[in-house]
Order: sequence, then structure tokens, then C-alpha cells
Amino acid sequence: MTQTPLSRRSWLGRAMATAGVMALAGCERGIALGERLKISAEALTYRAQRLILPRDALAPEYRRDQISPDFKPNGSISPAAADYVALRNGDFADYRLVVDGLVDRPLSLSLDELRTRPSRTQITKHDCVEGWTAIGEWTGVRLETLLDEAGLRPEARYIVFHCFDALTQTEDGPRYYESIDLVDARHPQTVLAYDMNGQTLGVPHGAPLRLRVERQLGYKQAKYIRRIEVVDSFADIQGGNGGYWPDRGYEWYAGI
Amino acid sequence: MAGPDFPPLADRPLPGGRSLTYRHPPLVRISHWLNVIAVVVLVMSGLNILLAHPHLYWGIRSTFADPWISIPTIPNWLLIPQGRNLAEARHWHFLFAWLFVLNGLAYLAYGFVTGRFGRRLWPTLTDLRGFWPSVVEHARFDFPKDDHARTYNVIQKLTYVTMILVILPMMLITGLSMSPGFNAIGGVLLDIMGGRQSARTLHFIAAAMIVGFIVIHVGLVVWTGLFNNMRAMITGWFVIEPNRHHDGGQP
Repeated sequence: MTQTPLSRRSWLGRAMATAGVMALAGCERGIALGERLKISAEALTYRAQRLILPRDALAPEYRRDQISPDFKPNGSISPAAADYVALRNGDFADYRLVVDGLVDRPLSLSLDELRTRPSRTQITKHDCVEGWTAIGEWTGVRLETLLDEAGLRPEARYIVFHCFDALTQTEDGPRYYESIDLVDARHPQTVLAYDMNGQTLGVPHGAPLRLRVERQLGYKQAKYIRRIEVVDSFADIQGGNGGYWPDRGYEWYAGI
Repeated sequence: MAGPDFPPLADRPLPGGRSLTYRHPPLVRISHWLNVIAVVVLVMSGLNILLAHPHLYWGIRSTFADPWISIPTIPNWLLIPQGRNLAEARHWHFLFAWLFVLNGLAYLAYGFVTGRFGRRLWPTLTDLRGFWPSVVEHARFDFPKDDHARTYNVIQKLTYVTMILVILPMMLITGLSMSPGFNAIGGVLLDIMGGRQSARTLHFIAAAMIVGFIVIHVGLVVWTGLFNNMRAMITGWFVIEPNRHHDGGQP
């Protein structure tokens, strides 16, 4: 997994060459223009940011008096799925976070069990892909803590977050999901938040558990997490692009 | 005063006392047209991105109930791609941002290393003393076509220098400051700008200034001789007319 700066640099060179060829040359493989642009631009952004960002460089944190009084809940604000509604009606007492996939010891944890683990609190900005920013305080368990407990297998490459909500706001619509690489998964600020602004996370903001991956845009901050799956590839999950919005044309890597 | 040009190519005399002078070396011409492509795509895809949330704010966060300004609507023909499409507009924007940055860096490196930037664009004290006469010249829309057209006038120099060293770099810096990934190492830059929403608003203001520059620039290119100016930026050669004011009668 560890890449030397040199090999990362050659990644960047290769990505740039690929971008040039893909953007300017013909569409011999019949890929639509929009798709080719996405592949090229995203490869450049991802490689460049992985090259210049130290692995643990922290997203800016803010003071309590800078928290948004009007943090906008976006996307789903009240999932309609029956399994979610049942849990919500029981105040999430029966909720279990499942961590499975390419791990040695699959986990199934209640909210109380999550709260007994070491927590991290951070006041960060939430940057929506649309362009707006809201600042909030998040408290939760670091994802790395859970991954280490479960024990990643050597072939693990991505962490997939399966959610309860469907953005169609219907019971049977395609459910939200997102995924991140191991660099972001092990980042100190990557937490599964159960509190927001000092209070239990509310339903509009993703109760009982949402992801905070602070160096990426809002749509990566998956809400209503039901299961965390460790995979070596997300090609077989839903549309195969690693997330609900990536399946709909947006970048998988949302660091820009 | 202007010093030897680079590369030093001699004038080519034309009939009627006119002459061709070599104005733009190949790298300047190539980078100019690449920049045209990049900026046009960036502005048009940027407008499409803006449409996703057409409200601008100052500070570190959005104050949804009280934006600084809201853009009511943007005509479709100004958008890349055509029709509202945030996902695709972002791909266009970020890909051509790379072209913009790499091309800009090549241009700057060339300009500074060869000293051409200082010779052609940096205003001298003599230039600056001629500021007000140049204002009058612009107000009358009366520009020299003779030997005085060999160098840029002081308003031209100041405008180009401001665009190249202030506005275009500001575009990049404000753009980068909107990236949550880059924010992890660019926190100081983010603070200097007053937060991500200020960076976004400054990005828009700088873009508006670039559009303003383009309108005036293209207008003056047309007014001062579309054909001659275009030939200069395509082939490098610019026609100098015979001097209007002679000190003595020509034999």
C-alpha cells in the first residue's frame, strides 16, 4: 500500500499523459465525452492531491462560535425504508453497525458500544458540491479504530458505506452508498459521528451514524450508515463507480 | 529603451515606407491561444457550476438567509455543457484548469527567464510619467500605428501586468482554496482570503474582471486593426506604418 513519492510522481505523469490522450484523441472505445472528461480530470486531481497532501494533513478546524446556526440538511432528510423507520421508532436501541467484508473479525456494534470507544470531536466545514459551506461540530469514533479492531486483510483497498436512505425518498429506491480509499479511511479526522454540535445526531443530519471525511466534499459524508464493507474493488456494487453520486456522473474522489 | 527584442529578428521593409516587425515569439503565440481556449471553457463551465447554487457570501460559511448577491439567471448559450449539469461542468472546469495552470506556468517561466517580460511589459518610469497622455489617447480612441506602436503604451503595460501577475494567479489561488483537499495544506491561504465562501466570491469577482478584460481587449484589437493584430498573434509579424510626424521633409 505504501507508495514512494517517486512512484506517486510517475503516477501523476501517467495520469497527465492519459488525460491528454483521452481528452484530445478520438473516442475509439466509444466512451462518451463527459465520461472521458471525468476520467481525465479526476485522475489528475486525485494523483496531484495524493502527491502534495501529507497523509495526515488535517482539514482546518474552527471555533465553537463559528458554527453555522443554519447548517443545511441536504439529500435525504427522513429515510422511508421500513427497516430504518423501525429502528428510529425504537430510538435506535436495536441499531447495529456491521463491519464486514475483507476483515479478519467482522463487527456488529450497538450505539452504546460505539460510544464506549475513544472519541474525537472536531469543528469542521462541510463543503457542498453545489458551492455552499456550513460549519458544524462532530463527535464520533475514528474509523481507523474500528478497522483495526476488525483487522483489514492485505487485499483490502476501499471502505464502502452502505446507507439506509434512498434519495428517491421511496422505500425501494437505490440506497445511498459511498466509498473511500485507505488513506482517507485512516485519516485522523475520519470519524463515524454520533453527535453533532454537542447533541445526539438528528435524523435530518443522518442519525444514528454518519461519516465525516473532512478532506472531501459533502456528498462523501454518507448519512444513515447501516453497514461498512471492506472491499478490494467496488466495481460490482450498484453502478460500479463507488458511490450514489459517482454513479450519476460525479467524481468518486471529491477532494476538489 | 525597449532593448533588443527576443529573438532578435530584423524588420522586413514593405512598399510605401511600411515595415513588418517581429512582435510575438512562438511560445507567446501558442500560450496565448491555449489560454484563450482554457479561459473560455473555464468561464462557461464555471457559470454552469455557479448555477448549482447561484448565491455568493463573504466569510467562512454560507449565510443562507442573507447572501451578498444572488444571480437570477444565466442564459443557456453561455454554459458548458449546454443546459444545467453540475457533474459535467465540473469535469470540464477541472480538466481545463490544468491546461490554464500548466500553460500559464510555461508562459511565466519563459517571460522571466528570457527577460522578455521585463522588456515588453514592465512599465518604466518614463512610461509612468506618460500615464495621463495615454489616458487622453485612450479617451480619444486614437492610437499610434507608426514607430510608437512598436512598444505597448503604459495603460496596456499596466493592464497586462495586472492580469498576468494578479488576476490570473488570483483565479488559481481562489479556486484551489475551494478544494477541501487542498485546504488541508492551504489553511493559511484560506485564512488570508477570509474563508471558503470569501474565496468563492473572490473567484467570481476575478472571473468577472477577466471577462471585462476580454471585452475591452477584443474591442481594442478590432479597433486598432483586427487583421494586423491577428497576424501578429498568429504569425508573429506586425505591420508598422510610416511615421506620421516627420522632423524634416523626406528627400
